[in-house]
Amino acid sequence: MSKNGPLALSFHALVVVFMLAPLVVVCLVAFTPENTLSLPWHGFSLRWFRAVFERADFIQSFYNSLILAVVAATLATLIAVPAALAITRYRFPGRDFLNGLFLSPIIIPHLVLGVAMLRLFALMGVNGSFVWLMFAHVVVITPYVLRLVIAASIGMDRSAEQAAESLGASRFTLFRLITLPMILPGVAGGWLLAFINSFDEVTLSIFVTSPSTQTLPVRMYVYATESIDPMMAAVSALVIALTAATMIILDRVYGLDRVLVGRH
Amino acid sequence: MAFLQLQALCKRYGPIDAVVATDLSVEQGEFVSLLGPSGCGKTTTLQMIAGFVDVSAGRILLDGRDITHAKPASRGLGVVFQSYALFPHMTVRDNVAFGLKMRKVSAADIERRVSRVLELVRLTPHAERYPRELSGGQRQRVALARALVIEPPVLLLDEPLSNLDANLREEMQFEIRRIQREVGITTLMVTHDQAEALSISDRVVVMQAGRITQIDEPYHLYEHPRTRFISGFVGKANLLRGDRDASGAAQVRHQPGDGELVLSLRPEKIDLVPAGTGRLQGRVVMRYFLGSQWLYRIETPIGEITVVRRNDGDAPMNEGFAVGLDWPSDLLRVLSVDEVPA
Amino acid sequence: MSVLRDTGRGYLLSAPALALFFGLLVLPLALTLVLSFNVFDYEIGVKGGEWTLAQYANLLTDSYFYEIFLRTFWISALVTLLCVVIGVPEAYILSRMGTPWRSIFLILILTPLLISVVVRAFGWSLLLGADGLINQAIQALGGRPIKMLYTPFAVILALVHVMLPFMIIPVWTSLQKLDASADQAALSLGATQAQVMRMVVLPQVMPGVLSGTLIVFGLSASSFAIPGLLGGRRLKMVATVVYDQYLSELNWPMGAAIAVALLLINLLVMLSWNRLVEGRYKKSLGE
Repeated sequence: MSKNGPLALSFHALVVVFMLAPLVVVCLVAFTPENTLSLPWHGFSLRWFRAVFERADFIQSFYNSLILAVVAATLATLIAVPAALAITRYRFPGRDFLNGLFLSPIIIPHLVLGVAMLRLFALMGVNGSFVWLMFAHVVVITPYVLRLVIAASIGMDRSAEQAAESLGASRFTLFRLITLPMILPGVAGGWLLAFINSFDEVTLSIFVTSPSTQTLPVRMYVYATESIDPMMAAVSALVIALTAATMIILDRVYGLDRVLVGRH
Repeated sequence: MAFLQLQALCKRYGPIDAVVATDLSVEQGEFVSLLGPSGCGKTTTLQMIAGFVDVSAGRILLDGRDITHAKPASRGLGVVFQSYALFPHMTVRDNVAFGLKMRKVSAADIERRVSRVLELVRLTPHAERYPRELSGGQRQRVALARALVIEPPVLLLDEPLSNLDANLREEMQFEIRRIQREVGITTLMVTHDQAEALSISDRVVVMQAGRITQIDEPYHLYEHPRTRFISGFVGKANLLRGDRDASGAAQVRHQPGDGELVLSLRPEKIDLVPAGTGRLQGRVVMRYFLGSQWLYRIETPIGEITVVRRNDGDAPMNEGFAVGLDWPSDLLRVLSVDEVPA
Repeated sequence: MSVLRDTGRGYLLSAPALALFFGLLVLPLALTLVLSFNVFDYEIGVKGGEWTLAQYANLLTDSYFYEIFLRTFWISALVTLLCVVIGVPEAYILSRMGTPWRSIFLILILTPLLISVVVRAFGWSLLLGADGLINQAIQALGGRPIKMLYTPFAVILALVHVMLPFMIIPVWTSLQKLDASADQAALSLGATQAQVMRMVVLPQVMPGVLSGTLIVFGLSASSFAIPGLLGGRRLKMVATVVYDQYLSELNWPMGAAIAVALLLINLLVMLSWNRLVEGRYKKSLGE
């Protein structure tokens, strides 16, 4: 039952084309057999994908990003779940302040966070260290986990916990057998969202990485400011494919629409 | 001594008194309902008994043991929640077995006891399903089974039927009563539905504004409501002004104006007689068909009076019809005027 | 008693996050604020313990800096306006679609959000470059190539692309809260479709539009990768200038001052906007 007129639908088509055009173009150009950035009019070639896999620096950066994103998302989840439970379950002075503090990295520009971390790390003499890069990422991605876990925790039926308690469950058993399984979609969704955000992060990372700890987006940014060739398209296409795969998983475990528009 | 006793139980939230000095004794095997409008403190009382809400003052005794400050887990009571509070990630069997696992009952015993209680609530064919695959009534049975399987000394039901539609609600009322009788378990049910409370309880406790205003068997509660509030809340009632005659019996004042007494007269206790006869004259202004009954609203010199007559197959009276009203004077109830402060 | 217990548990559970956020958010921001008042010397670098307002004076007097702030401001404002003009009708159109299409297109339009901004910027440079695909098409049709890359046009276009989801999401959310029968009620009372839109729908989605505006403006004003890749060396925005100050000029105090100014302006805009929104709409809509 479409209620949209032809004018509305044409407008909608333009918006969809606009949103998808750059991504589609990147994916097409990645398959070009030419030396220049052009659409693969004369047959598809995988030569630029092969070129990517011959670049040790890109491969290294990919692994950096992957490990960084997995570890940072996991740490963020480990600190965000208890914090979310504290915020939703207990009333205590400073609760709203903590909530605001933990969500604030969303509204503070990553650029500002980047230069701030750079200053701290430089004073500590740890700039470019992978471990501290990771902690920086944890700060930036914690709000994403926190938001989803808070939503899940508010959304769950609290009387299920009371029921378990009256049936004799201890505090720890209660968390392990009832609370955690019930908020698990929120936790898993939060982890994946944190993973994607860490994997994509460039603005903060560019300030606090060294050549050996450079993440893939930083490597790509630096590369793209210097030269533009189809290899960059091939790397981008791989990133798109990886992100798409993560999004499909995210959709399965939590529902992509819920993550994106926050419907619960 | 009673099996479950509340002694001067109080709950204050800051300056607000949610429950005030509540005393209640429940005998073993008895089915007692806490009845009242929302916000009257009935759910808070239940939550204090279950141990989810701290007690401000007073004591709760279970079989002589003081459980006022015991943790919910150590009270061992069976609780059925309004939302059922089933564990959505567990099957029916695992939901029911949860309390037994917490008690470290052996696997064989768990198997046996769970099967028996599923049989009792007639859910054996659905044991391997998840809550989301069940209907509302079936979820209700799971919640009941989960509470019963631990063989609690007392079963607490918090608005157990309010999430069911009307037909199912009636069916589940009888089902809960059947199971309660079969197991012989002491049961305390919170409800705002007077019909529910009247139909299945041994005794009904009416609460209003944090206080108990009457405790009685259902029939007696209906026939002898103590206050004006109760007469209106439990069943329908005509409230009339009255005074005492020479012999001291209550009678309705037939002129408008204040009488010294407030009287309650149930609509089904009034007879409709030919115009010109009876105690009071009136005219039918509205007529409603309720299936088994007709409900008339009749205009009289002392105000509008509601009368319910059985639908015995005869033609009903039309609107505008003049009638006389009559009633046996011993069915008038004198209500206490001093009501509980709101 | 229960308040004390709650407080204890609340802080215990938040302790790890609190420690991290204090050490890696509050502390570095404070250090950066301090740094922005430090004296800087091109020979020696940062002079700790010597204080100056020179950086902030520079921001206000040096035309290079305040022009960049002005440019950042108008580009962000224009991007925000375009996002409203495109995003609000699009969200409305999406909300009126039938069931499978609605969620398919919603996801299609919003998922670019999750793809690296570097990839998206690169996609636009493929399209807009001097011998990019658009210019190839123009030449194939017999036209002359147009310079688009490294112009405000490219930056604005790509920023709208990146920011549009942030506008559509809050508008979509407030559209979800609408009672669909309110539309029908208005129609049954004799309103035209356009009147329904203007008098029933728009006032109710206004809070969504306003919060979208806030997010889009804030993110645009501090955007880094888009102006960095599509603005080139000439077309600087605040974030790229901070980057230059830190990593090319090595004048950290100046960079810190610009970053602090950016953060303060952002927070100021957000707070005043929030107050405006609260005063105007929150009450009437009972949120």
